[in-house]
Amino acid sequence: MPFLLDLFAQALNGLSYGVLLFLLSVGLTLIFGMLDVVNLAHGSFYMLGAYAGLTLIAASGSFWLALAAAPLLVGVIGVLIERSCLRPLYWRGPLDQVLLTFGLIYLFEDLVKWIWGGRIRSIPPPDLFSGSVTLWGATVPTYRMFVIAFGLVMAVVLWLLTERTRLGAIIRAGVFDSEMAAGMGINVDRVFTGVFAFGAGLAGLSGVIAGPIQSAQPPMGATILVPALIVVVVGGLGSLKGSLVGSLIIGQAETFGKAWLPGASMLIIYLVMALVLLLRPQGLFGRALK
Amino acid sequence: MAKVTRRTFLGGAAATAAGVAAGPWVLRAHAQSGPVKIGVVLPYTGVYAVLGESITQAMELVFARENWTVAGRKIEMIKEDDEMKPPVGIRKTEKLIDSDKVDILTGPVHSGILMGMRDKVHSSKTILIVSNAGADAISRERCSKWIFRTSFSNWQPNQPMGGWVAKNVSKEVFLTAPNYQAGKDMMEAFKETFVPAGGKVVAEDYPKLGETDYAPYLTKIKQSGAKAVFAFFSGTDAVNFVKQYDQFGLKQSIKLTGAGFLTEPDVLPAQGASALGVITGHFYTPLLDNPVNHRFVKDFRDKFFGKIPDGFACQGYDTAEVIVRALKAVNGNTQDKDKLVDAIAKTEFDSPRGRFRFDPKTHNVIQPYIYVREVREVFGGLNNVPIDKVADVRDPGTGCTLPA
Repeated sequence: MPFLLDLFAQALNGLSYGVLLFLLSVGLTLIFGMLDVVNLAHGSFYMLGAYAGLTLIAASGSFWLALAAAPLLVGVIGVLIERSCLRPLYWRGPLDQVLLTFGLIYLFEDLVKWIWGGRIRSIPPPDLFSGSVTLWGATVPTYRMFVIAFGLVMAVVLWLLTERTRLGAIIRAGVFDSEMAAGMGINVDRVFTGVFAFGAGLAGLSGVIAGPIQSAQPPMGATILVPALIVVVVGGLGSLKGSLVGSLIIGQAETFGKAWLPGASMLIIYLVMALVLLLRPQGLFGRALK
Repeated sequence: MAKVTRRTFLGGAAATAAGVAAGPWVLRAHAQSGPVKIGVVLPYTGVYAVLGESITQAMELVFARENWTVAGRKIEMIKEDDEMKPPVGIRKTEKLIDSDKVDILTGPVHSGILMGMRDKVHSSKTILIVSNAGADAISRERCSKWIFRTSFSNWQPNQPMGGWVAKNVSKEVFLTAPNYQAGKDMMEAFKETFVPAGGKVVAEDYPKLGETDYAPYLTKIKQSGAKAVFAFFSGTDAVNFVKQYDQFGLKQSIKLTGAGFLTEPDVLPAQGASALGVITGHFYTPLLDNPVNHRFVKDFRDKFFGKIPDGFACQGYDTAEVIVRALKAVNGNTQDKDKLVDAIAKTEFDSPRGRFRFDPKTHNVIQPYIYVREVREVFGGLNNVPIDKVADVRDPGTGCTLPA
C-alpha cells in the first residue's frame, strides 16, 4: 500500500515540524495571554537560542549542555528586555509594544551578524541521534524522532506545571485577569518578568532544537515568526492546549501542502487560519472575546 | 554703478560664446585625463553578501596588479549595495549612470535586477559587464550590443550535465530546484541533453526559495523510485537541502548531482561531510591545473587572509581582466563607445577557468569547459575535484539579433 506508506511518512514529517512549532509558539502564547504583549521579537529569541547553542557546542563539545544552558542565557536576555524596554510601555497602547518588539528584530539580527557573521552555520546533531531509522518503510532521521519525543514530553511537563502547581495557578490567574490577581496579593510585576523570561527561554530552547535540522542563519527568527503567529491565532491566545493542537494542525497542513501542492503550501496554512477565524474567532481553545 | 556699455556687452557676449563653443572640448579633455569610473552594483549586505564580496575582491586583485592605472588613467570603482532587491538595484543603476556618469557598469547577482536594469542600460548606451546574474534572456531575446556577460547563462553549467548524468550516473532522475525563474531555467537546460540520451524524468519538485524544511520533498524523492537526483540550490538553501538529504539517509541509495552552486566554497564548510560524493557541473573549481589559476589562487589567498577563491571570484577576476585589456586596446579612450564595445568583444586571454572569449553572437562568455566535479576530502578540506569536462559550451542565443 504505497499510498498509506506515503501518508504515514509525511505525517511523521509533519509531526516533527509541528512539535518544533509548539515549543516556539507556547512561549509566544503565554506572553500574549499574560502580558497582553504581541512579542514580535519572539523569533529573535529563537535565533539567539540557535546561535548560543552553536557557540556552547563549539566550546563544550556537548549538545546536551548547550540544550540546557542556551535557554537560560536567552531567558536572562528576556529579563533584561522586559525590565528595560517593555515595562515602561505596559500602560501605553499595543501599537507601541508592536513597534518596539518589531525594532528589536532588526537589533538582534544585526547583533547576530556582528558577533557570528552573516553566513549560514550548521549545528551538528548529537552523536546519539546522527543516523536515520526506517519505520514501516518510512525513513526518518533519528534526530527528528528525538525532537518528536522531546516535544511531547515538554508538552506534558508544561501541562503539569500550569495545571498542577501553585506557580501554574498564579500564571493562570494572571492570564485570566491580571488586575484581579494583583488584588489577591500576587506580585504581578515579578510574575510578568518571570513569564516573559520563561517564554523567551522556551524560544531559545526551540532554537537549539531546530539547529541540527535548519542550521543557524540570521533571518531564521523573522521567517519562523509568521507560522508561530498563525499557530497562536488558530489555537487561541494564551492557551497551552491551543498552542499544542494549533502547532500540530499547522505542521500537518504545511507538510501535506508541500507534498501534494508544493506551489500552494503557504496558502494552505493561511486558509486554515482564515477558516478558524471565520468559524471560531477566538481560536480553537481561546476564551470567547469580550 | 557700472554702466553696461556697448563695448563691454559685446566683449561679454563674445567671451560667453567662446566658452559655450569650447565647453564640450574642455569637458572631454578633462574626462580623458580623469579616472575611468567603474560602477559596481552588487549585494554587500544580506544572504548573498558573500557573493558580492568574492566578486569585488577578485576585481580589486586585478586592478591592484595594474597599480590602479590603465593606459595612463586611474581606475575608480564606485560600489553600490543593491541589497538583492530589484527596486534598490535599479535605483542605484540609475544613480551610477545619470549622476556619476560611469564609463563601465558591472554587476549584479540577482537576475531580477539584471532584467530590471536592462532597458536603462540599453537606452543610455552604457556598457554593462554582467558579473553574475545568469538570466538566459540576456543572451537571447533581451540581448543588447551594450551588454556583455563574463559569468554564465543559467543554461550553460546545466545543459552538459544532462547527457553526462544519463551516461554515467542513472537514466532515472528526480529534478528539484527553488520555485523561481533561474531554478526552472536550469532544470529545462538539463532536460535538453538528458532526455535525448535516453533519460527519464521520474518527477520534478519546486520548493519555495528559502525553504528550511525539505522533509516532505525528501520523502517524495525516496518513494519515487528515482536512482539519482539533479538539484539546483544555492546559499542557505543549498546547506539545508544537502544536510537534510544526508540526514534522511538518501545519500547512500540515491546519488545526488546538481548545478555547481550546490557545493560552492561558500556553502561547503557548513555542509561538512554531508556534501561528500555530491557531483556538480560548473565552469570553475579552485583545483584547476593551469598556471593562471595557480597564480590566481595563490595571490587571492595571500591578499585575503587565506580565503580560497570560488566561481564568483573567477567571475570578478575575468570582469576586471576584460576591462583592463579593453582599455589598453583603445588607449584609455572611453569616449568612443563603439570602439570600446568592439575592443571588449575581441578580448581574449587565459583565465583561471581556461581560454576566455565572448561569443560574438550574444556577448556571453563561451565557457572553455564545464567541469564535472565531485566533492572529496583533499588538501586538508572538502573540495570540488574535477573528474570530467565538456568543452566549448556556448549559449544557443535563441532570439538574439546582435549585429555580428
